[in-house]
Amino acid sequence: MDAAAEQKYNLGIVRWFTVMAVVYLVVGTLVGTYVASELAWPFLNFDIPYLTFGRLRPLHTNAVIFAFGGCALMATSFYSVQRTCGVSLWSDKLAWFVFIGWNLIIVSAVITLPLGINQAKEYAELEWPIDLAIAVVWLAYMFNFVMTLATRKSSHIYVSNWFFLGMMVMITYLHVVNSLAIPVDLFKSYSLFAGVQDAMIQWWWGHNAVGFYLTAGFLGIMYYFVPKQAGRPVYSYRLSVIHFWALMFGYVWLGAHHLQYTALPDWTGSLGAAVSIAMIIPSWGGAVNGMMTLSGAWDKLRTDYVLRFLIMSLAFYAMSTFEGPIMSIKTVNALSHYTDWTVGHVHSGALGWVAMVAIGAIYHMMTRTFHTEMWSTKLINAHFWTATIGTVVYVVAMWVSGIMQGLMWRAYDEYGTLAYTFAESVEAMHPYYAMRAIGGMIFVTGALLMLINVLMTVRKAASEGSVRAASTAAVSA
Amino acid sequence: MANNNEAVGMQEKTEKNVWMLLFFLAIALSVGGLVEIVPLFLIDDTFEHNKAPELVWQRQAGQTLADHKPGDGMRPYTALELAGRDVYQREGCYLCHSQMIRPFRDEKERYGHYSLASESMYDHPFQWGSKRTGPDFARLGGKYSDDWHRKHLRAPRSVVPESVMPNYPWFQENSVEGVDMAARFSVMQLMGVPYTDEDIAGANAELAGKSEEDAMVAYLQVLGTMAKLDDSKAYRE
Repeated sequence: MDAAAEQKYNLGIVRWFTVMAVVYLVVGTLVGTYVASELAWPFLNFDIPYLTFGRLRPLHTNAVIFAFGGCALMATSFYSVQRTCGVSLWSDKLAWFVFIGWNLIIVSAVITLPLGINQAKEYAELEWPIDLAIAVVWLAYMFNFVMTLATRKSSHIYVSNWFFLGMMVMITYLHVVNSLAIPVDLFKSYSLFAGVQDAMIQWWWGHNAVGFYLTAGFLGIMYYFVPKQAGRPVYSYRLSVIHFWALMFGYVWLGAHHLQYTALPDWTGSLGAAVSIAMIIPSWGGAVNGMMTLSGAWDKLRTDYVLRFLIMSLAFYAMSTFEGPIMSIKTVNALSHYTDWTVGHVHSGALGWVAMVAIGAIYHMMTRTFHTEMWSTKLINAHFWTATIGTVVYVVAMWVSGIMQGLMWRAYDEYGTLAYTFAESVEAMHPYYAMRAIGGMIFVTGALLMLINVLMTVRKAASEGSVRAASTAAVSA
Repeated sequence: MANNNEAVGMQEKTEKNVWMLLFFLAIALSVGGLVEIVPLFLIDDTFEHNKAPELVWQRQAGQTLADHKPGDGMRPYTALELAGRDVYQREGCYLCHSQMIRPFRDEKERYGHYSLASESMYDHPFQWGSKRTGPDFARLGGKYSDDWHRKHLRAPRSVVPESVMPNYPWFQENSVEGVDMAARFSVMQLMGVPYTDEDIAGANAELAGKSEEDAMVAYLQVLGTMAKLDDSKAYRE
């Protein structure tokens, strides 16, 4: 029990965001598994508009990115900024405004997306009134974070906070520009941009939602929770400085690699690809820094379930950030673009890196903010293995199906005509779509185990009165 | 190593001052986007019709959208086509179907001539897509009959047994009559799509008695048919 922290910091907001992150992890991956199953067994669309793949897929992406990812980022950033600055949040009221606002946005997404109310831009589907709400809540989040940094007791701003701050600035840029639209009515608007310009702006947004929201933000998590959990300082301060600025400057350029060989001018796509390949250096800088921080603490992997999630996340991070630059090479991209390989790449990052590092951080915060041990260590162990196996099954299925699709589309027979119809390539995907759905189900099972464990831990804390005890216990000054 | 110390000094200061950190981040994070996006609005080469004006319909005074013949060049969508496009977006079709053919031999044989930037210049938002769970649509128009499309939309597996697409039986039941297409045209006009005031005035009348299925078929059948592309011409470097 850390009574000093409970009384000094605002941990209430962290507890709420932490629990909600787990709830949304289950919701988001459950919807994902459902849409994956629809591709394997199309009868699951049931001729009900609200359940069709096209309407539920945006719900899946929004739920995992903004609901789960967002709550995980807000929980971890609010937690670590207080602890690294030695002060409570600048404004508790603003923090609660962000919590309520963000969750209302998620609820409105859950309602509008199945109704088909969307802007038809990937990962930015929400209509303009919700976009406005996102901008307001996001700026409130950033303002509170910056002001907390400004009122800190420590002399230096700790490295995790640089990454969180970079993410907040960039997401503001991206969200504001990419969402510019002219409304027709409350539920319909048209993007301000058209064609090639809209495409470039969309993928500037699309790739950087990954690059900043899901990478920079989660590196912020890594830089606080890995050293904390391992009980060792960050391996190299110098490396963190270099890889931070390289990542901030470089990642922004990558979006254009999504548009190679399209009607986007060649110079833009090639520029995006060139920087993408260079980005392997700063990306691996982060991975190396994380892994080397753990070196010397390897024995803890046998006993420490949180560290296990963190090290697995770094392994997936290193793999995905190797795969990404490879896929941006023009000749590889010619094959991989439009196929399931992209989907596999995204999920090795989203499940293997983003979810794993967040899960590790959430287990870490659960015990420290509820001032009690987790309800079941066995369940955490089961969660670790289901999450890992589920991710591997998913990613392997998509590698095979993606490369196969790409090869089938370009295959010629001995007469010099296309060897396969498109429909034949769809048919060939069936076993892999089924395998992917099963991988998803395994991952969801783990997420459910986590939710049960988290809720039981909350109940345990309530019956022990541990939070109350921590907030009233005498603290020696 | 004076320079080295200076750099370290700068980093040191930045780490101690949140406003300075914010300032440097704001700059570092803006460069990539500015370099890649702004020139697309300024460089003429971005659009092929600046060198090949025949790609765009040269509309004479008094002509309506109905006077356009396939191959006359790019024009704004008719009310029925745009209504179909709105349904296309509502249902998330872009998540499985691209509208962007790349300049490869196999794509040319499967889908047709590679796509040009000028061909989507009136598309707010663009619908290039990122995934081909189903085939590309950039030149879908005219490849199948209207009847085939209707059957396929209602029950895709009745005509393509391997398909994994959902059935869309509600398209034929839902009317598009209530849609205020004039308001949508006005927004498009405001953003620079060349709709005339007469187009806007007549927009709602065009939807009389039409279903979402009619609109979808009209949209799918116009894709790739507006401009006639010359195989012998190099539109792009």
